[in-house]
Amino acid sequence: MSNGSMHKVLSSELRPAPASAISAALTLAWRAALKIKHVPFQLFDVVVFPIMSTVMFTYLFGGALAGSTDAYLQYLVPGIVVQTIVFLTVYTGVGLNTDITKGLFDRFRSLPIWQPAPIVGALIGDLMRYALAALVVLAVGLLLGFRPDAGVIGVILAIALMLVFASAVSWLWIIVGMLVRTPESVMTTSFLLLFPMTFISNIFVDPATMPGWLQTVVSLNPVTHLTTAARGLMHGTAVTTDILWVLVAAALVTVVFAPIAMRMYYRER
Amino acid sequence: MLAIETSALQKHFADTKAVNGIDLNVATGSVFGLLGPNGAGKTTTIRMLATLLKPDGGTARVLGHDVVREADKVRAKVSLTGQFASVDEDLTGQENLVMISRLLGFSWPGARARAKELLEAFELEEAAGRQVRAFSGGMRRRLDIAASLVVTPELLFLDEPTTGLDPRSRNQVWDIVRAIAAEGTTVLLTTQYLEEADHLADRLAVIDHGRLIAEGSSRELKRSVGGSTLHVQVADAGRHMDALQLLRGVFGDEVQEDREAARLSVRVAREELAPQALSALAAAGITVNEFALSQPTLDDVFFALTGRAAEEEAQKEEAA
Repeated sequence: MSNGSMHKVLSSELRPAPASAISAALTLAWRAALKIKHVPFQLFDVVVFPIMSTVMFTYLFGGALAGSTDAYLQYLVPGIVVQTIVFLTVYTGVGLNTDITKGLFDRFRSLPIWQPAPIVGALIGDLMRYALAALVVLAVGLLLGFRPDAGVIGVILAIALMLVFASAVSWLWIIVGMLVRTPESVMTTSFLLLFPMTFISNIFVDPATMPGWLQTVVSLNPVTHLTTAARGLMHGTAVTTDILWVLVAAALVTVVFAPIAMRMYYRER
Repeated sequence: MLAIETSALQKHFADTKAVNGIDLNVATGSVFGLLGPNGAGKTTTIRMLATLLKPDGGTARVLGHDVVREADKVRAKVSLTGQFASVDEDLTGQENLVMISRLLGFSWPGARARAKELLEAFELEEAAGRQVRAFSGGMRRRLDIAASLVVTPELLFLDEPTTGLDPRSRNQVWDIVRAIAAEGTTVLLTTQYLEEADHLADRLAVIDHGRLIAEGSSRELKRSVGGSTLHVQVADAGRHMDALQLLRGVFGDEVQEDREAARLSVRVAREELAPQALSALAAAGITVNEFALSQPTLDDVFFALTGRAAEEEAQKEEAA
């Protein structure tokens, strides 16, 4: 240790007013963006599965399910993007749990900043991650022959709707992230919910051929409505009721789970 | 004004009383050590003082502010370096410090300048651009402390700052703590090592089962144990009994013997008797392999205070 530079650092009178709520949240969103840059593998990790399933489902079942692989791609890709993003929401909980176990949250919480900033910042960062993953999966879809009739605007609107829904679902994983002990158990817990949620939906097949009771389950699943809405937006055949359904579901989930999550976050103290 | 003032401070987890009524007074500008084995309640105490945990009973004031009602004011004046290096492993060293600087209100250029200063002072410039994941334990700990000094705190909490570090890194951290204290920041540190407390702390409190069982300077605590211990090992095992007799002559019947190792040991209340013992041995022609006066350790202090070894406690905790 050089005592001179140590003295210089410690005698610094710089004592700016702590960051505002917005500035703190944005700084922590910047942190989340840096993580995407430094650990791109995590993103790669989550898009591999959707890409694989797109390719497999299209060429294995496409002809049988939709008459041709090309027709099936038009049906499948919007749903696969939905699945990708819904799966990704888990990482909000995983990231939060990692921060808690590593002690980083203690540091944030001992700072004189707006206390929800770490959670809000992480959420903003996660939205970037969701959008990036959606673009990667879409790009592969386009390469395979997916052609959204509503063009760029339709695709952007569809992704925006998915992000609204995803940020709502994220609150659920934030709660799980604070409840369980390790990041791995956040994963395990979440897949118990996410697998049925994405598979018992209309992402892969039209529910028309399913037994009646299953059709009821599928039609109650918010992921089904999100998928229908995303398809509609991307192909220019959007149905307002589905979009509304998604927005209402997202609002409900947020209104219920966000306060619970924040209360738990404060109670940690 | 006192830097820290607690009264009957309590924290319960499920059925364990992690902190069970601690009264603590820490003067400003001092280095205060909380000493105790694993699970004694040191970390819980520090977390309450740093506003991370709400006490279940009693009160705590830090730099004149109540830790519950005026948590914001406390947070603005203190820094915490937790037991596990609380830095983001995915980010580089530089990015970590920029992030904390930004959160504390620095502009982007200001944050970068402050990060650079800190990296220089903590000899981390070379590693600045590397992900913390690749840092050694000592580097990580230095970065962690640097992050606590972005704005010079009035009070710095250090939770087991050297646990798990190699001796060289430990010495570096000790130097840093001394430098911080020399600049007038009050430091509250926890440690399991009496040696560490000895090197750094002006005053110590020994904690066990969430209670404060002794308080004082390191010298006072050692005196409470009854001074140093003299260890003698005779070179020729045949002269073991002669040596025992001689030592008994000097120190009385308190001399203990470990026949297998041909070692003798005795508590020495008056250290000036040790040279007498050595000359008596020399006069009798008894050569020794070892003749050492050792300072008491936390174990000795702990044993004297509780009748149990600190080490056993720690192992029990880990097993549990």
